[in-house]
Amino acid sequence: MADTLDVSYDTRIPNNVGLGQDRKVLKALEKWHPGYIDWWNKLIPQNFQDSMVYLRTAVSVDPKGWAKFDYVKMPDYRWGVLLAPKVEDRLIPCGEHMGKPAWQEVPGEYRNMLKRLIVIQGDTEPGSVEQQRFLGLTAPSLYDLRNLFQVNVEEGRHLWAMVYLLQKYFGKDGREEADDLLRRSSGSEEAPRMLGAFNEETPDWLSFFMFTYFTDRDGKMQLESLAQSGFDPLSRTCRFMITEEAHHMFVGETGVGRVVQATLDAMNKAGITDPNNIGNVRDLGVIDLPTIQKKLNLHYTLSLDLFGQEVSTNAANAFNAGIKGRYMEHRIDDDHQLGDSVYNVSNIVDGKIVTQEVPALTAVNMRLRDDYVRDAAGGVGRWNKAIKKAGIDFELVVPHEAFHRQIGVFAAIKADPQGNIITEEEWQGSVDDWLPTKDDGAFVQSLMKPCYEPGKYASWIAAPKMGIDNQPGDFEYVQLHMA
Amino acid sequence: MSQMIDFRVDPASYRHWKVEYSGPVAILSMDVDENGGLFEGYELKLNSYDLGVDIELNDVVQRMRFEHPEVKVVVMRSGKDNVFCAGANIRMLGGAAHSHKVNFCKFTNETRNAFEAAEKDSGQQYIAAVKGACAGGGYELALACNHIMLTDDSTSAVGLPEVPLLAVLPGTGGLTRITDKRKMRRDLADIFCSIEEGVKGQRAKDWRLVDEVIPNSKFAETVEARAQEFAASSTKADVKTGIIFNPLERAVTEDAVSWSSVKVDIDRAGRKATFTLKGPDETAPVDMDAFQAQGDQAHLLRLCRDLEDAILHMRLNEMEVGLWVFRTEGDPTILAAHEALVAANSDHWLANEVRQYWKRTLKRLDVTSRSLVAFVEHGSCFVGVLAEILFSVDRTYMMDGEFEDDERPLATITLTEANFGPYPMGNDLTRLQTRFLGEPELVDTARAQIGEALDAETADKMGLVTIILDDIDWDDEVRIFMEERASFSPDAMTGLEANLRFAGPETMETRIFGRLTAWQNWIFNRPNAVGKDGALQRYGTGVRGDFDLERV
Ligand SMILES: [Fe+2]
Ligand SMILES: [Fe+2]
Repeated sequence: MADTLDVSYDTRIPNNVGLGQDRKVLKALEKWHPGYIDWWNKLIPQNFQDSMVYLRTAVSVDPKGWAKFDYVKMPDYRWGVLLAPKVEDRLIPCGEHMGKPAWQEVPGEYRNMLKRLIVIQGDTEPGSVEQQRFLGLTAPSLYDLRNLFQVNVEEGRHLWAMVYLLQKYFGKDGREEADDLLRRSSGSEEAPRMLGAFNEETPDWLSFFMFTYFTDRDGKMQLESLAQSGFDPLSRTCRFMITEEAHHMFVGETGVGRVVQATLDAMNKAGITDPNNIGNVRDLGVIDLPTIQKKLNLHYTLSLDLFGQEVSTNAANAFNAGIKGRYMEHRIDDDHQLGDSVYNVSNIVDGKIVTQEVPALTAVNMRLRDDYVRDAAGGVGRWNKAIKKAGIDFELVVPHEAFHRQIGVFAAIKADPQGNIITEEEWQGSVDDWLPTKDDGAFVQSLMKPCYEPGKYASWIAAPKMGIDNQPGDFEYVQLHMA
Repeated sequence: MSQMIDFRVDPASYRHWKVEYSGPVAILSMDVDENGGLFEGYELKLNSYDLGVDIELNDVVQRMRFEHPEVKVVVMRSGKDNVFCAGANIRMLGGAAHSHKVNFCKFTNETRNAFEAAEKDSGQQYIAAVKGACAGGGYELALACNHIMLTDDSTSAVGLPEVPLLAVLPGTGGLTRITDKRKMRRDLADIFCSIEEGVKGQRAKDWRLVDEVIPNSKFAETVEARAQEFAASSTKADVKTGIIFNPLERAVTEDAVSWSSVKVDIDRAGRKATFTLKGPDETAPVDMDAFQAQGDQAHLLRLCRDLEDAILHMRLNEMEVGLWVFRTEGDPTILAAHEALVAANSDHWLANEVRQYWKRTLKRLDVTSRSLVAFVEHGSCFVGVLAEILFSVDRTYMMDGEFEDDERPLATITLTEANFGPYPMGNDLTRLQTRFLGEPELVDTARAQIGEALDAETADKMGLVTIILDDIDWDDEVRIFMEERASFSPDAMTGLEANLRFAGPETMETRIFGRLTAWQNWIFNRPNAVGKDGALQRYGTGVRGDFDLERV
């Protein structure tokens, strides 16, 4: 029987969608499987493939107890197809079909739109694994190494989730798109990933933490809005992915927090109070706060770009069709159709940033970005609390939405982090104060030395407050295979 | 949209295109300025175009011929990263009056035809180097190129999404070229035209949508190599220097527009305009070197440029002027000498270009949706290429015999070799062949009279004119004709004329200007596209078009 809480292992592919009875899709997935394994094997350095990693594997989609932890070699990880439990009599939550029963099959008129959304989402999942492929070589601890791999295998599973939808619901085209998801690759000249942020490399661990905090959070927002889809299989898929995604953001938030903490501890120990005394702080083997701010600026702005144009026809079409909702659609108090309502978006008029009302339907992207900005503020606040507690006069701030943008209305101008429009010369004169420079990168890179001893951490990062799965501090999260 | 649209552009002020010349290869990059729209109310995002973008492209193509005859291969590419060209700007189309849309489509069609024919006519081959999304009018740009190269980055695709997205047709030749030129199977074409996202990679090649699919990492070098290869194997003669097209001078007054060799008098109350084309006063250049030294001031070239600008100006800016009267002034023998030089040197690059230019300009006249009439008056010079106008227009009136107080030489028509080959219509026949479809022997009769100054009676007998009128009848008859014409429905006139003008066989060109355009214009008038709940109006709002489901 399809649609159960427990995951069935009667096929090579763990699932709760009755794959064992769905010969057609099972065959397609099994055909795709070797390509996926091949992709994985070529990606992550061999000694990590052979290592035993303490990972969680989904055994159920019951929110109360869905995972079990155990050592596993990553290529043997049970990637599977898992959908959140079906909500009986679910209705389309928004758009022109609102209130009608949610679609269990793809509506023909929206086939292409749905397929495109799934392909774009699917393309980001392996993209980040590719970006992070070499980080294991410089892991600051086995704890962090394990977290990296956990994020990686789950992103791999997210790819599976999207591929399942493509193969089950989109026929021949879907199978081709599934193949192309393995053909594109991050930063490739041959066939790059579809979105810009997934073609930038993740050169060091601070970037990784920033990425999981800011960019995975974009992923979360996209999944949240797809979870509102009137196409029920997509909604259920995304609802389960959000459960996993929470851990990725946890890795990001605590990761940055621990980097900040190590810096604060070292500064206090050395009696340095001036956060801008960069040379002396760096001599302590930690990352100075201004450099952390610059990394934040970079990753935050790249992530804002992922929300696309502020005013977007595609987003309006998707919302009105009921195949993509807004963040927490069911909690929003309006008609969920946006017939006549308006929404404020930023625009540039005569060289000034102004706020303009546009039809809310066309501003769905902007609204999701606004929700994201609020959502992203929480962790930043907690980092600042730690800084304050340490008695250092410094505050991490997210830059203005106009700063350093490649996509949307702000792409046309240059602005400082406070959102003042500036000239190209002014930008050139100050950009090194706002975004990581080559030298900053080289410095951070110089700290990236592996620390593989259980319970030990690199100088620039503090130990976590708690272990994974309540394991003790010196737990061997990864049993490294030594060739 | 009441501002005047000017078709004259200066390359130094292009906003949307960049051309780099290097020997026999020119790189033509489309990099549309979002804020450079011709009108208010839309932004030209994603390399989408409006009439202003196309006016520049037309200028590029034209200058490529005359100013850069050394160029044998033109590579058309995008100056933007992720998009080749998204096609005509939808908001512009949604906001434009029907008449503007139609004129816009006509002009863009003419431009595409012009660079498509550049290989055959001038030995200049166009390669489309497609990287990024290439949709709708964007793919139609590529389709008009002689060779299409697509990168295989698993994202770049070619597509014609008009039907599913906008409920209109790929109307700039798209539907016609995929079947007639690229010879795509019709059932595959049916699929291709009903999917939004287009076709990428090897399938694009398998379906004959592109000529080559190239690995992304090798794309730039392969395009470069192909351009060099085509240039090396080109049969186009090497020409070192071209001539310069200097800014076109014209004077605009309330009811007249004057160029150096053309004057248009506008009678808005009578809804008619009179085009007066002036023959040369000066004797013909002695040879093509002398012609080239005169450059854009050589009379035949100057006249063609002026006439083309006049046609375009009047089409777009004087929509209610429904009748165009053509007359000429000048000495037929001097004009004949000018034309003879070009005819005798048809293998000279510049002579060839001048003739090809006239061919294109006469075709513009053929497809102009105005009632066209020619008056062959005393003192006129309807010789050769100008006589073609007589066979392009809907009717010809000729003065017969002496008129009182009229000292001008008697009206004559002189046929030359020009009327029997070098200026075919879109149906690939000459205008005389088309005229005499039922009596082909009359073409031979006419050919036997080459070089003769034919008077009204003879011309009438030969079937070259519609009506000959003497001094007593002329004024009244032409006045009544013009008043009658002005009283008819402009729509009925457009339909009538467009049908009567193109007898004979269908070609890709006639199918584009006839069949495809007519269907597109019908759809452009239907509520399913342009009604307030139609797909085109609703595009961008997120709400889909509301269709009347009746099949008509
Ligand atoms: Fe993910
Ligand atoms: Fe994630």
